[in-house]
Order: sequence, then structure tokens, then C-alpha cells
Amino acid sequence: MNVLTDNFATFARGFLGTVELTVYASLLALLLGFLMASFRVAPVASFRMFGTVWVTVLRNTPLTLLFFAVLLGLPRFGLVLPFQVFAVIALGCYTSAFICEALRAGINTVPRGQGEAARSLGMSFGQTLGVVVLPQAFRAVIPPIGSTLIALAKNSAIAGAFSVTELLGTYKTLSELGYNIVWTFVWIAVGYLIITLAISALFNLMERKWGIAR
Amino acid sequence: MSTEATALYDLPGPRTRRRHRFYGVLSAVVLLALIGWILHLLFDTDQFTYTKWMPFEYKGIQELLLRGLGNTLKAFAIAGALSVALGGLLAAGRLSDHRPVRWSATAVVEFFRAMPVLVMIFFVFVALKVQPLPALVTGLTLYNGSVLAEVFRSGVGSVERGQREAAFALGMRKSQVMAYVLVPQAVRAMLPAIISQLVVALKDTSLGYLITYEEFLHAGKLIASNLDYDLPFIPVVMVISPIYIGMCMLLSWFAGRVSRRERRSPKTDAVDVAAAEPGTLLPGGDPPTAPRP
Repeated sequence: MNVLTDNFATFARGFLGTVELTVYASLLALLLGFLMASFRVAPVASFRMFGTVWVTVLRNTPLTLLFFAVLLGLPRFGLVLPFQVFAVIALGCYTSAFICEALRAGINTVPRGQGEAARSLGMSFGQTLGVVVLPQAFRAVIPPIGSTLIALAKNSAIAGAFSVTELLGTYKTLSELGYNIVWTFVWIAVGYLIITLAISALFNLMERKWGIAR
Repeated sequence: MSTEATALYDLPGPRTRRRHRFYGVLSAVVLLALIGWILHLLFDTDQFTYTKWMPFEYKGIQELLLRGLGNTLKAFAIAGALSVALGGLLAAGRLSDHRPVRWSATAVVEFFRAMPVLVMIFFVFVALKVQPLPALVTGLTLYNGSVLAEVFRSGVGSVERGQREAAFALGMRKSQVMAYVLVPQAVRAMLPAIISQLVVALKDTSLGYLITYEEFLHAGKLIASNLDYDLPFIPVVMVISPIYIGMCMLLSWFAGRVSRRERRSPKTDAVDVAAAEPGTLLPGGDPPTAPRP
């Protein structure tokens, strides 16, 4: 128990680091994922191709390799940013591929007749998508996006191994100080459980408010 | 322009087609410019000098890379086999008629699914002071086994109710119902999901790099940090990532193939996996299975 009370500041810093990383990477992933999903639906072939390549490659890239390439590779091009920012870029790009597929799958749950009806009422592409299809897809998309973001929070642990301040990284400091390593890991596990449970509670709430069963 | 019908927009007329072609050319130019800029950066920072690519000619370095690849595949094979076994065990536990067994299996599955894999790997490696390979395999097995347990359980649960009822009505015991009726049908339908979980396991073997397991990425890192070859970091990434990504893509593609086969097979008719939609709104086929993050 005194592992936690003695080092509350260290744990708190790590915890906040993980939360920060998760929030920023989530925002980037949602943004990029939405962009890629719209690319994959676009009527222009080269956009579609770009989206497909982005998703296929990133979904099959080991995240460690991506971290390795981004955190250690980009500085070789003279691009020097804080490691935290690199970690957000790597996590965000990786997760955006999964967000994109979740969004696409969500649009596919909307019955075809909805789009056809909107078209036959004379709505434009933008109207069809914005007024009819996306609002319905949004409801179906909440649970998969939630589980993707939970995975993102868990994946942020990898950043700790690349010397970004983060919850898992705290074990190194504490084991050097000679604290009981098992208890250190118990509290790290509790920290991750708090984050993942918070995300899943948030998305449960959203689903209860807006979700529908199809 | 794809020839598939989509409900989102009308088939484009001549003027729209011209506009789309213009956008297409424009975006292709932008993409090419981007690629050109990256190439320029690569040349500008001297990534294609002979010194940086020289190491890949050496026998020793090639062997180092191959040994790394072999270690990656070894970890994947062991972790994959053990995950499937653990998944089966945990799923059997969750489907058990005995409440304590069911509850403890549920607790185990839920806990390990909520933990980052890396925390488990580090725990085994640091706290229990185990060698890198067993630590990596333990972490991967616990996580992927728990996920697979859920896959198996939902697979068995999604077999049509009549199958189970008919088997019980024939006087089979529960173990017989499971072994002869439910599991064979469920496994066939769940095969794509199982394979795509194995893709996750393959991707996660690269975590071994972080606990100094001598796998593929680790071998790359050794070469990349060699001063004699002028720190060939970018060349190493350019050699390693196609191989890694290619392996994962191959497995994903295989999962997709199996899934398409299953959808046609009459043997999985009784299993209700995501009934085929009459039609979808989007152009381009939906990838049936996908590796999870």
C-alpha cells in the first residue's frame, strides 16, 4: 500500500501522461479516421485508392514498428519534436485506420432504402449523407468506436517504453528506488483499469442516449 | 469510377465525370508531389549512400536478420497455439454449468482483456524475472487467449437454437452436444475471427523488442545503431517494414479468403454470423474480417 502513498506524485504524473496521450491521440484518430472514411466513400477513384492503401497498410503494421519508425526515424529528416508529439502522431495514425473501418461499417448498417429514398426526394449527395445517412450511422457506430478508443488507451503503454512519460513507465523509477515491484504493477494495473473503465462508461452512456438496436 | 451501384449519389453524367477526372488528376499530382518530396528528403539526408546499404550485403547481417525473423515466427507459433488452447479452456469455463467455474473464467477473461498486453509482458519479465521469450509468450497468450475465449463463446452462442434443442432431444449429454453439434459448426463460422486474432498476435510479437527479445525488430535495431555503417536507420526501416507488414497482410488476406468461403458454405448455415445485407450503401466490398487494434 505504501508504494502508492509514498509515490503518489510519480503515479499521478504517469497517469496524467497516459490520459493526455489518450485524449490527443483519440482526437487525431477520430479526425483522420473520418477523413479517410470520406476518402473511401468518395466518387473520385484516386481518393478511394489512397484511403484503401492507408487503411490496409496501417492496419497490418505492428504498432511497435510504427513507433520505432516515427520516434526514431523522423528525427533523421531533421524533424525534431517532443517525443510526446511523435507518440501522439504514431498512435493517432495507427488508430485512425480502425476508426475509418468502424465508420464505414457503421454507414453500411444503414439500410440501402434510406439512401435511395433520400435520393429520390431530390436530395444532393451532401444532404443525403448529412441529413439521412450519417445521423443513423452515428448511432450504430458508438460501440465499435468505443472499443477502438479503449484499445488506443491500452496501446499507449507502448509509448512508455519509448521514454514518453506514461503510466507503465513509472515502474522503472520505482524499481530503481527499491519498491516492491509486484505492488507497483498492481497499482499500474489499477490505473489502466480506471482509464479503460471510464472510456467504456462514457460510451455506454452515449449509447444509452443515442444508440439504437438494428 | 466504379461500376457498382451505390445509393449515395447518382451515376455521374458527362460533366460530373469530367469534374471527377479533374479531381482525380489533381489528387494524383498532389500524391506524386508528396512522394517526390519524400524521395527528395531521403536523398537529401543521404539515405541511399553505399555505406548505409552495404551491411545488407554481408552474410553475417543477413543471418542476423533471418535469425530475428525466425525468432519472431517462433514466438508467434508458440503464442498462437497456446492462445487457441487457453481460449478453448476459458470458453469451456464460461459455458460451464457450474457457477464458480463460470464466474472465475469470466473474471479471468474480463481482467486480461482490459489490461494492456505490454503491462502483462513487463510484469512477467520484470517482476517474475523470466527470460524474454517465455515472458513475451505468456503475455501474448493471456491476452489473445482471453479474446479468443470470447470469440469461441459467442460462436457457440450464435449457433441456431434448434440445433442444441434437437441434440438434447436426441438424448445427448451436454458434452456430446458441445463436441458433436455446436463446436464443429461454431468453429467453422468463427475461423475468420480466429485467424484475424492471430494477426493481432503476430503484430504483437514485435513487443518483444521492448523486452530485448532477439526478434526481427531487435535485429534491425542492432544494425541501425552501428556506427560503422553510418547509422543506417532509414534503410533498416525500409527493409524491415515491408516484410513485417507483408506477413501480417498475408494472414489478414487468408482470413478474408476463409471468410468468403465460409459465407458460401452450406455447413455454416445454422450459425448466425452477421447476416449478409441485401445491399450496402458504399462502393467497394466490405472487408469481412479485420485485425483488431
